[in-house]
Amino acid sequence: MTFLGMPAGGGNLTGTPFPKAARGALGDAQLRRNLAKATTTIRTKRAGVVGELPDWAELRAAGAAIKDEVLANLDEHLVRFEEALTSRGTHVHWARDADEANRIITDLVKATGTREVIKVKSMATVEIGLNEALADAGVHAVETDLAELIVQLGNDKSSHILVPAIHRNRTEIRDVFRREMPGVDPDLTDDPRALAEAARRHLRQKFMTVDVAISGANFGVAETGALVVVESEGNGRMCLTLPRTLISVVGIEKLVPSWRDLEVFLQLLPRSSTGERMNPYTSVWTGPTEGQTSHVVLVDNGRTATLADPDGRAALRCIRCSACLNSCPVYERTGGHAYGSTYPGPIGAVLSPQLTGVDRNPTLPFASSLCGVCYDVCPVAIDIPSMLVHLRSRVTESKRTTPESTAMRALSWVMSDARRWGRLIRLGKFGRLASRHVPLPGWSAARDLPLPPKQTFRDWWETR
Amino acid sequence: MRVALFVTCLVDALFPDVGKATVHLLERLGHEVVVPSGQTCCGQMHVNTGYQGQALPLVRNHVDAFEQADVIVAPSGSCAGSVRHQHADVARKHGDPKLAEAAEDTAKRTFELSEFLVDVLGVTDVGAYFPHRVTYHPTCHSLRMLKVRDKPLQLLRAVEGIDLVELPGAETCCGFGGTFALKNSATSTAMLGDKTSAVLSTGADVLTAGDSSCLMHIGGGLSRLRSGVRTLHLAQVLENAR
Repeated sequence: MTFLGMPAGGGNLTGTPFPKAARGALGDAQLRRNLAKATTTIRTKRAGVVGELPDWAELRAAGAAIKDEVLANLDEHLVRFEEALTSRGTHVHWARDADEANRIITDLVKATGTREVIKVKSMATVEIGLNEALADAGVHAVETDLAELIVQLGNDKSSHILVPAIHRNRTEIRDVFRREMPGVDPDLTDDPRALAEAARRHLRQKFMTVDVAISGANFGVAETGALVVVESEGNGRMCLTLPRTLISVVGIEKLVPSWRDLEVFLQLLPRSSTGERMNPYTSVWTGPTEGQTSHVVLVDNGRTATLADPDGRAALRCIRCSACLNSCPVYERTGGHAYGSTYPGPIGAVLSPQLTGVDRNPTLPFASSLCGVCYDVCPVAIDIPSMLVHLRSRVTESKRTTPESTAMRALSWVMSDARRWGRLIRLGKFGRLASRHVPLPGWSAARDLPLPPKQTFRDWWETR
Repeated sequence: MRVALFVTCLVDALFPDVGKATVHLLERLGHEVVVPSGQTCCGQMHVNTGYQGQALPLVRNHVDAFEQADVIVAPSGSCAGSVRHQHADVARKHGDPKLAEAAEDTAKRTFELSEFLVDVLGVTDVGAYFPHRVTYHPTCHSLRMLKVRDKPLQLLRAVEGIDLVELPGAETCCGFGGTFALKNSATSTAMLGDKTSAVLSTGADVLTAGDSSCLMHIGGGLSRLRSGVRTLHLAQVLENAR
């Protein structure tokens, strides 16, 4: 299936196939330990605060329904949103893809004359590769979210939507700070409180001096033009209110129709993501603060193409909570880097290939055992397993004949007729010797093959 | 009751004892078992590997094979799940609404073994005797697609002589996932490693589950470790009687 005329998005991809990248990650014992510990903790917290709500199922259904309505009428909601923003003095820009978004933002930043910007954590800016684009233009972007800062200072990449440095433990973080943070105490310990204090001192100075901020948004309210940022550290509040210029980068699917709809999502999101009843900071702003210039860049980057696929579009309901990552047995073992794209885990496996086009991300839809935990925990009920299965078809249909497709075709022919099938499996008994001695690639490295029976079930039934 | 056994391709070809156990169990409970000869495979492997077009003839074959059956029982959560949650979609997506309708009808008559015993027949004590230490792995599709919940455990708890021990992290996937086990073999075996460790920590002699596919994978790992732990399908545990 191809969707003509729908531009695919840029993806910030590593290009390494998932199975290969995963193999490397699986051999890293420290990483496995860090991930298992962190995901188990968040998972348990989430289960507690979700379980205590008697109307969780209704909230979840409402979240899905609101998002579906937004997606079905996205054109109207976006125009309404633009009108509301403009009428309150915000400048609105539209970006078809990553390149266009980066060009718009870089020009806006350059026009202010600054060489440094502060950033609130934003997946959209990671997706478009904004920091790299700004660096090319001679502008340094300072990440102010603690985990993003750790990743940035360590010259590392984010491995989780919500907890970008989940793959690091506190000793590793202390080492990064000691090495990379200007003016840090050389005797800094790995006590979480000491680490937070060091980051706080470092960031406070940036908040007080840098005049341009770049944010994302968790939600945009179409009716009023309000933008919402949900966070835990207060760095967002600083970035949104202190600098003279605020540029917000927002994916076009981030809208909710009205103010009232937020009531649903502000319950779903913190409980699903950090396992909290309510997050510490929710900033809502409608238009610039006094003396501030504000811009909103609305980014498509493959979202319209995703919307065109009826069996894939529900991925755009995602509110980036990461409950699916924290629950996924594959993610827990490989970590986020193995996915090779901005969005890791189960949601990344369905979202990234759609944003970039499946041909540029062909291994991700197969990076799942289809166990279904992701669907169970998703606060907007995205049926990720079914979507993975659908995208697998899009991948195989985009390829020419392969040995696998030939084998599948042959097997389909055999299995569509009981006599052919019966004859084939009767040959299994000749495999009795082979199964213990001839390895099956991909299987036999860690698993013995079963010994084929002397008689198939259907032959036994015939003679019974 | 006249029960049509949907034996599944894997059991037919590699684990006939699971099929025999299901037959013996249902007959012991006083039911007539028939095995429609036209059946082959539900096509789940094709669907889940991205070959829905190739699965279509298998869906058609399955629907035809079980057209006359009043009630269909499969010793597999995964295959019953495919019939109930994939068949109609595959038919509809490939432009065959008539087949989709027929597949929906087949789906309504299809039960996984523990569902059939507990929900349809209303029995939990099937008169089994199995004096061994056993642990149970709830397979993902039976748990999350079919929502069998603790039905298999209700059946196991009623077995005479059994020493049923809880499996730590039971609801975590074993890492099989069909062709996932081959395509992402390193990740699959990492998941398997955690599952076999959990099984061994229970001190059980037997690991049981409702799907031969997952048991083939976990059993393959336990055998490679020379652990001495046997894998038996739920039907095989329940088949044993004094």
